[in-house]
Amino acid sequence: MAEPAEKTPLESIPLAEPATALPVADAGIEAGVQALTPRTIADTVRRVLGAETGARLKAYLSTCTHCGLCAQACHFYLSNAHDPSYAPIGKIKHTLWELLKRKGQVSPEFIRQASLIAYTQCNMCRRCAIYCPLGIDVAYMISVVRRICRALGVTPLYLQDTVNSHSATHNQMWVKADEWVDTLQWQEEDARDEIPELRIPLEKEGADIMYSIIAPEPKFQAGLIYKAAVIMHVAGVDWTMPARPGWDNSDMAMYSGDYDIMGRIKRFHFDTAARLRVKKIVMGECGHAFRSVYDTGNRWLGWRMPPIETQHAIDFYYDLLTSGRIKVARKYEEPVTLHDPCNIVRGYGLHEKARYVVNALCEHFVEMTPNREYNYCCGAGGGVINCGPPYKQTRMRGNSVKARQLEATGVKVLIAPCHNCHSGLEDISQHYHLGLEVKFLADIMYEVMEK
Amino acid sequence: MIHTLYKLLSGPMMWLAVILFCAGTLYRLWTIFRLVRRKEKFICSYLSLRYSLRSLVHWLTPFASLNMRLNPVMTVVSFAFHICLLFVPLFLLAHIVLWEQAWGIHWWALPDLVADIMSLVVPAACIYFAIRRIRKPEVRYVTGVGDYLLLGLIALPFVTGFYCRMQWPGYGPVMLVHMFSGQVLLATLPFTRLSHMVLMWFTRSYMGSEFGAVRHARDY
Ligand code: SF4
Ligand code: SF4
Repeated sequence: MAEPAEKTPLESIPLAEPATALPVADAGIEAGVQALTPRTIADTVRRVLGAETGARLKAYLSTCTHCGLCAQACHFYLSNAHDPSYAPIGKIKHTLWELLKRKGQVSPEFIRQASLIAYTQCNMCRRCAIYCPLGIDVAYMISVVRRICRALGVTPLYLQDTVNSHSATHNQMWVKADEWVDTLQWQEEDARDEIPELRIPLEKEGADIMYSIIAPEPKFQAGLIYKAAVIMHVAGVDWTMPARPGWDNSDMAMYSGDYDIMGRIKRFHFDTAARLRVKKIVMGECGHAFRSVYDTGNRWLGWRMPPIETQHAIDFYYDLLTSGRIKVARKYEEPVTLHDPCNIVRGYGLHEKARYVVNALCEHFVEMTPNREYNYCCGAGGGVINCGPPYKQTRMRGNSVKARQLEATGVKVLIAPCHNCHSGLEDISQHYHLGLEVKFLADIMYEVMEK
Repeated sequence: MIHTLYKLLSGPMMWLAVILFCAGTLYRLWTIFRLVRRKEKFICSYLSLRYSLRSLVHWLTPFASLNMRLNPVMTVVSFAFHICLLFVPLFLLAHIVLWEQAWGIHWWALPDLVADIMSLVVPAACIYFAIRRIRKPEVRYVTGVGDYLLLGLIALPFVTGFYCRMQWPGYGPVMLVHMFSGQVLLATLPFTRLSHMVLMWFTRSYMGSEFGAVRHARDY
């Protein structure tokens, strides 16, 4: 039999049960809620809303016509049997509307629910932003709720742990300074078995490019560093990686609402590039890190645009392929489909370049529908996957629409040029028995390029 | 009695409604711009004329955005509603005649039949919106009493106006209701959700600019 016996036909996937009904034990949220008093809640809500929000929030809240047209944008709504509490504006009803109406006079239990909604039932994917006729940004409003929850100390434990790691080590995964260098040298050594003259140049001042990645790479996916090194070497790029902290471009503080930490780590990342006097930063295949560098973190620090040119891997690969620095020996034969990550497509419009790269590397590319700006979120981004195992079911139930979309392509190889998407889609493939092989562009490029 | 009320409504009350509308609109704009200046100055540095217009054009042209194509009935009703809502009060012959009497100014008027149909489109659309609010769970979920009241408030001047135009029995007092409800609608507009008439230009422009100039992506 070709298919596993336990395969669930997608139509029979139970959709109706709201995720809030799932028993979720989260020590972080629990401890936070225990420490709340009505007074601290009211003061904090007033402080955050008063000091940090302004015209945008006011305009969004007062112009929203309660038309519900944003509902169909959200995968949580679509996947949870159209339960209106998952509609973008439904989530605002249960959070900001109440907070404002009651001037912050809400119970600790209310904050617990608000925290669950803001951190685990919205990926801040901004799909609803292109559905609202009035241009209302629900993702922004959710970020305000997260900011309040964070200020109250009611944050999911796993997410907070990554933020603590950022704060203490300048990377997301508690990677120790010597581990980092060891990992790079280990990958360099392995790669030299394949290409003897290959180097991973550390701390090379004045190089053209600083290559920065997210901490899960050295922690769990060191092979990606190997592949990046091979690509850089073959393309003849003058590049370097920092040996000291500042190499991690990821940012969970942006998602937890710890903006001071976000600012610190973003500055450190830019400072590292400045210290190495590189011309630009090239970032690995990660979406949220790009959002942090290009959109959120830089602005918090007061830079309208990143102070140093910053390129996402897709953009970089596009340059390598169009300039002929990387040539394709034999295209990847199996049919592939491409997931457009929110943070670099709705966030930076890389969809056409991504298609160029995929078509250059692969024989047979099948579009999923909807695609480009209209693609469904993976359900992992926005810090949701980082909230950890307690919320895996929320994510899985909250994205059956993605499973259906993927299955409809009939393709078994899925390219996801973003770390969060990659992990989230692997979970979806497993949960819904889709049998997909999820790949980064670097995986395929490494496989098909002339070396 | 009716005559006195008519005098009051067509004179001082009308002025009051117009003044409240203008002052209210200016006040809303002033508070928003003050907030931008005090707390979110950065918004100005991201505004782009080109992408604001791109966004506005796509959302003011029927079926030019994905969501409009996904909801064709809503799109047709919304456009018809908004157009009639704005055009009928300004280009109705009966209104223009009044202005001519008062200030000696006049402009092009809608043909009677068209005006009649357009006046009925507004309450019909309000009924559609109300049914939609009741029947669609995602809309009902975020609907409050105020949303229904608002629909009633919008429909009332049009229904009563049509009644008078047809000179149906007892249209004299109905005319008073027509004038008063229209004035209430006008005067409260800046302070209800209808203020999207004023603020939408800015929220749309900002979203359009962020999406176009920063994110290089479509927002429609
Ligand atoms: S998950 Fe995406 S579509 Fe849903 S509410 Fe959040 S930002 Fe909007
Ligand atoms: S689509 Fe926009 S105006 Fe309509 S309910 Fe959603 S946020 Fe409000």
